[in-house]
Amino acid sequence: MDLVTPDVGLLFWTVISFFVLLFLLRKFAWKPIVGTVNDRETSIREALESAEKARLEMQNLTADNERILKEARVERETMLKEAREIKAKMISDAKDEAQTQANKMIEQAQIAIASEKKSAMAELKNHVAGLSVDIAEKMVREELSNKDKQLKLVENMLGEAKLN
Amino acid sequence: MQINTFKTLLLGLLLSLSFVVKANESIEEKSDEKDFNVTDMIMHHIKDAHDFHIMDWDGHAISFPLPVILWTNDGLVTFMSSEFHHNDDGTIVVEKGGQKFIKFHEEIYYANDEADHGSYVSFDPEHHPTNVAPLDFSITKLVFSMFMSMILLLLIFGFSARAYNRSENGVPTGIAKFTEPLIVFIRDEVAIPNIGEKHYKRFLPFLLTLFFFIWINNIMGLIPFFPFSGNLSGNIAFTGVLALITFIITTFVANKDYWKHIFWMPGVPVPMKLFLAPIEFMGIFIKPISLMIRLFANISAGHIIVLSLISLIFIAKSIWIAPASVIFSVFISVIEVLVVAIQAYIFTMLTALYIGSAMEEHEHEH
Repeated sequence: MDLVTPDVGLLFWTVISFFVLLFLLRKFAWKPIVGTVNDRETSIREALESAEKARLEMQNLTADNERILKEARVERETMLKEAREIKAKMISDAKDEAQTQANKMIEQAQIAIASEKKSAMAELKNHVAGLSVDIAEKMVREELSNKDKQLKLVENMLGEAKLN
Repeated sequence: MQINTFKTLLLGLLLSLSFVVKANESIEEKSDEKDFNVTDMIMHHIKDAHDFHIMDWDGHAISFPLPVILWTNDGLVTFMSSEFHHNDDGTIVVEKGGQKFIKFHEEIYYANDEADHGSYVSFDPEHHPTNVAPLDFSITKLVFSMFMSMILLLLIFGFSARAYNRSENGVPTGIAKFTEPLIVFIRDEVAIPNIGEKHYKRFLPFLLTLFFFIWINNIMGLIPFFPFSGNLSGNIAFTGVLALITFIITTFVANKDYWKHIFWMPGVPVPMKLFLAPIEFMGIFIKPISLMIRLFANISAGHIIVLSLISLIFIAKSIWIAPASVIFSVFISVIEVLVVAIQAYIFTMLTALYIGSAMEEHEHEH
């Protein structure tokens, strides 16, 4: 029974000791130690957070770079494509132009030929007229000598000089 | 490894059995010697004392005298415990300030005017002293132990705190490398999970002091020589004070929900509420009482086991039993090293739990 009967003296000293200890340790040990540990943990957490932020920024930057590179590539593609199209267009345009020009030239040539032909015809007619006159003159002279012969001659001549 | 340990134990047990047989023979041979009372010896060791017994040498006790401080009818009286000359059966009277004191079973009483068979104590039929006792505020063995543990704690943690000043950016150096994990453990595994992030800071100094105070006193009790070996944390007064502080804190920080859950449990039918209220009310007191008894019983039991095992040698009156005794007491002591840490942890843990449950905020009825 002695064992479970608390002594007044020990109760008293335990209360005193515990509170003195609590006060002293709280002031000189727990506050500085826990404070330092907390500060350190905060600084570690902050450092980790900023590292994470830096990593994210880096990631963003890389992503940006890639995006820009991609865009540039696409742009180059389009530019090349456009250039190819322009080239093709220019070639086809040139071809068309040449074709029209050639057609025009052929047309002009045909017109020129036609007019040349006309004038040649006219000249021929004149020539034929002159020739006819000459023949007529010769016939007249012949007739003067032989009438039958003259006629025959005219007829022959006219027949030879057939005009189309 | 475990099998080896087990084998060793088994071997030790068998050996000790053979010694017991031999020892019994020797008891019969020397039965004329004065009987050795194990219970008295153990009780004497686990209880408080007015002087710190170091050893017996050549039949004389060598002890460290401690101050006796008494609050008597005539005020404060102080003297050194050595004035009783190791007497503990009330036969030596110390006269101070016109008053006479005797010491009987480590309690100090006013002496009777006349001696009865050399003793100044009178007894009731159950052999309890009937003398009046002054209020005893002596620096007893346990109080002395407690002061030592205080000094040790202040040194350890004072140096720990200073160790941070020497380091840059708060990296622990020296002794703080050892103490910091313990402090962080109490904070992260005891305070925060039980009390919660919001309130734990208010109670952390208390929990830390509680844990280290109990632990260091437990450890000091395990060391079997002067100036340690005091069974302070196995004393009901010590554990009672700590449990009382827990009780007071729990009661004062408790919020409305806590009282509501005790006296009018929400979410259960009215007859159940009536049934639960007295149980919950008793629980308020049972919780700290269980704290008090758990620590007291565990630490006392550890001391009793070790002392009993050593006593085997004296019960058997044979040196041959010593190996078994020593093996077993070493084994138990090693377990005790674990137990003292676990008991300090459990006390702190439960204290945190009780505080936490008293402050818990219930967001919904359940």
